[in-house]
Amino acid sequence: MIKNKGIAFKLAFLILASSTLIFAFIFWYNYKFSRQIIVKNIEENASNLVQATVNRIDMVLLSVEKVPKNMAFFLESFSYSGGELIDLLFSVVENNPEIYGSTIAFEPFAYSTNLLCFAPYVCKSEGESQFTYLDCDANKYFYWDWYRIPKELDQPLWSEPYYDEGAGNIIMSTYSVPFYRTVEGKKKFLGIVTADISLSWLRKIVDSIKIGRTGYGFLISKNGMFVTHPDEALIMNETIFSIAEAKGDTFLREIGREMVSGQSGFVPITSIFTSKKCWLFYAPLCSNGWSLGVLFPQDELMADITRLSKTVFFLGLAGFLILLTVIVMISRSITRPLRALAGAAEEIATGSLDIALPPASSRDEVGKLTDAFGYMNASLKKYIEDLTRTTADKQRIESELHIAHDIQMGILRNIFPAFPDSPEFDIYATLTPARQVGGDLYDFFLLDDDHLCFTIGDVSGKGVPASLFMVITMTLIKAKATKGLCPDKVLSAVNQALSVGNDSLMFVTLFLGIFNLRTGELYYANGGHNPPYLVDTNGDIEALELTGGMALGVVKDFQYTSKSIVLKKGETVFLYTDGVTEAMNERNELFSDDRLEKQIKALEGRPIREIAVDIMKGVEAFTQGVPQSDDITMMILKYHGE
Amino acid sequence: MTLLFFFAVSAQAGGPESPLKKASFIPQWVPQAQFAGYYLAYEKGIYKKYGIDLTIIPGGPGKPPNDLLKAGSAQFATLWLSTGIKMRAEGTKIVNIAQIIQRSALMFVAKKSSGITYPEDMNEKKVGLWGPIFQIQPKAFFKKYDLEVDVLPQAYSVNLFLRGGVDVASAMWYNEYHTILASGINPDELTTFFFYEHGLNFPEDGIYTLEETYQKDPDFCRAFVEASIEGWKYAFSHPEEALAVVKKNQVKSHVPATYAHQRWMLEKIKCLVLGADVPVAMGTLLPEDYYRVAKGLKDNRLIKEIPPYTSFYRKCIAHD
Repeated sequence: MIKNKGIAFKLAFLILASSTLIFAFIFWYNYKFSRQIIVKNIEENASNLVQATVNRIDMVLLSVEKVPKNMAFFLESFSYSGGELIDLLFSVVENNPEIYGSTIAFEPFAYSTNLLCFAPYVCKSEGESQFTYLDCDANKYFYWDWYRIPKELDQPLWSEPYYDEGAGNIIMSTYSVPFYRTVEGKKKFLGIVTADISLSWLRKIVDSIKIGRTGYGFLISKNGMFVTHPDEALIMNETIFSIAEAKGDTFLREIGREMVSGQSGFVPITSIFTSKKCWLFYAPLCSNGWSLGVLFPQDELMADITRLSKTVFFLGLAGFLILLTVIVMISRSITRPLRALAGAAEEIATGSLDIALPPASSRDEVGKLTDAFGYMNASLKKYIEDLTRTTADKQRIESELHIAHDIQMGILRNIFPAFPDSPEFDIYATLTPARQVGGDLYDFFLLDDDHLCFTIGDVSGKGVPASLFMVITMTLIKAKATKGLCPDKVLSAVNQALSVGNDSLMFVTLFLGIFNLRTGELYYANGGHNPPYLVDTNGDIEALELTGGMALGVVKDFQYTSKSIVLKKGETVFLYTDGVTEAMNERNELFSDDRLEKQIKALEGRPIREIAVDIMKGVEAFTQGVPQSDDITMMILKYHGE
Repeated sequence: MTLLFFFAVSAQAGGPESPLKKASFIPQWVPQAQFAGYYLAYEKGIYKKYGIDLTIIPGGPGKPPNDLLKAGSAQFATLWLSTGIKMRAEGTKIVNIAQIIQRSALMFVAKKSSGITYPEDMNEKKVGLWGPIFQIQPKAFFKKYDLEVDVLPQAYSVNLFLRGGVDVASAMWYNEYHTILASGINPDELTTFFFYEHGLNFPEDGIYTLEETYQKDPDFCRAFVEASIEGWKYAFSHPEEALAVVKKNQVKSHVPATYAHQRWMLEKIKCLVLGADVPVAMGTLLPEDYYRVAKGLKDNRLIKEIPPYTSFYRKCIAHD
């Protein structure tokens, strides 16, 4: 299919096909039109030639006609004796070189009532004029066509051609003129005057017609008999109709009928003599109604146009080849760099960016494409270099973050049970950072034998800044939470320390409690953190009252307040960061306080580690694989009492 | 031309070794397809096969076959049945030994343009007629249809008819009728009356010999007839070969040889020879045909008495 071929092929095929079509059309039109002109010229020339020949023949025949006509006039107008008639015949034959013989033939008993036949005849014989009487024995002259036909038709007439053996086998024709005598007011037929002429001169005239090498003329009689023809065998032997019948050529018969009926015409025909395609022009003789036909061989008369057509054809062919060469060269010059570019592109696709592109040799579309390719290649190279560097940077940062994660996790206490020697309480905490490092924090430590300080917090923001802020916060808490201080004081101190130089305006929500292991008293202060839940032994839960504190690191001299509750044996405090309740599933629904509360209730009485693990599982089941957006931290304190 | 006068005296019939008997034959006109059978039998050696060393004398004007028969310069000749009967009635002792043509080819031709479609249209028209022998059927035709016509003598050519000098021309189907067609007149422009179709079937060409010749050697006559019939059968089944042989004889006799004309003639002769109403063996002369022609001659006072059929016809074919 042409669709799958190369540009060079397509170009060559389409351009050559269309130019061939155009050329063929022009060639055909030119040939047709020139042919028409030539045919028209031939027809004109043919008409002139045939008409001129017809006139030449008619001139002779018409001049011969006058002689017997004058004789008939004489016979009708004057009285005469037999001797005078014979003298008249001698003078006619001797004074008219074209007349071969002449007779005055009388009707039976018309010359003399006791003479059946009277027909003196004078004819040329071996240069002498000879006198005789026409036959009155077996073949009586008044039965012959030359006598009978003009008599019956009452008009002068040329006979059909005939061979005269006596005259040396020459073709003759006889012009017969009837003559009359008026008797008692009635026209009475008396006989026929004739002039016989040899037709050998006629043959010379017609045979002298030569058209090209093979064109020729022929003459046929009223019966269609060939009087002259280059094929001797046809003369006086065949008619145009017997030839048509022998060849089964109905068209030729129709032409013959046209010819003998006195029509003129110009028709294409196949010559019976040369078997060549010819044009036939035919026209009748005025004198005897015979028809002259001239055949014009088509191939010879068309030779010039055929030669011209051949030349034009070969010129066209040469043009075609030149065009082919030019197209192939042009398309090569287009496709060569394209193919080189395609090869280069394949190389580039395998990663060989350093390959040399083919040089752009021109400023055409292909040159621009080569430039664009070069630019693309350079950009790709730069991009890949950038990418490599960035990837290396990222890997380094990741490994640093990993280390930071380890350090951060190391800061958080994660060995449980944390106080195996203190049976009065149990504490468990877990932190799942959303990223490598996070901003949530928790911590617990004994201030003395009786007091446990614990805290949970959430730094604004995420990632490295938050984790640094978290570390600072934890360090400050550790430093500020000293024995005997109330939670509000600790928060105030930490707040003050954080607020100093906090240019990045970070803050942290923080819940800090100090728990008396002996009494169950819990002092706590809340700096903007989610209120922890208090879970009693029945599983009822309630949030610890807020203390009206705001997030730390915002207002430097903010004074926090503390509140206290007393934990009964078996009661649990559940602390968490908003990473738990704000965990989102794919439908953007939050895990929510309600779900958390329900789960806490459901888990009442279970070991605190399991509670934390189960809630974490609950959150994971809820989010169904949606990436964690915030750190999740939980801390559970259970009081067993002494 | 050498004329042969003698017969083989001691004839031994049959056998390839037996010497051939010499004989001469003259058809009634110049070489043409009308006599193709005889020329073919000669050319293909059929006469020799039947023990005859034949010489064919070309016919033509000035060589009437009846004269040659009478003089003994030809032993066999073809004649029209009417001519044969006339000769016999006038005292020449000739016998018909085979009637070859069964159907009359004589006809009238008229141009439709002269208003002739039916026989009655010929009333008061100019009709061209040939000599007395050829006038028997036309006159019976005029009588049959009660026609008053202007009879004009007709010469050999049909030009008088072609130029309009006569309205109706006499013609032989195989000859003049074709000449008219070959002068450019189409069949559909012509009206034809075949005498054969008007109850006037006068069979034409038959083979004749002197009664004396027949009585001396009937087997010899029989051999000539059978060889001739075989020649005719060969000519009908090999028309192109027959035409070539005819042409050869025409050229030899300096007779114009027109292929289309001879082809037409051979086709028509075939119809005339094989086209009897009642199928008969080739060579048969039916008594009813004989008496029809003889009566026609008598009615026209061309003969005084009708010779008996049995004295006129001597059957020479082996089977019916």
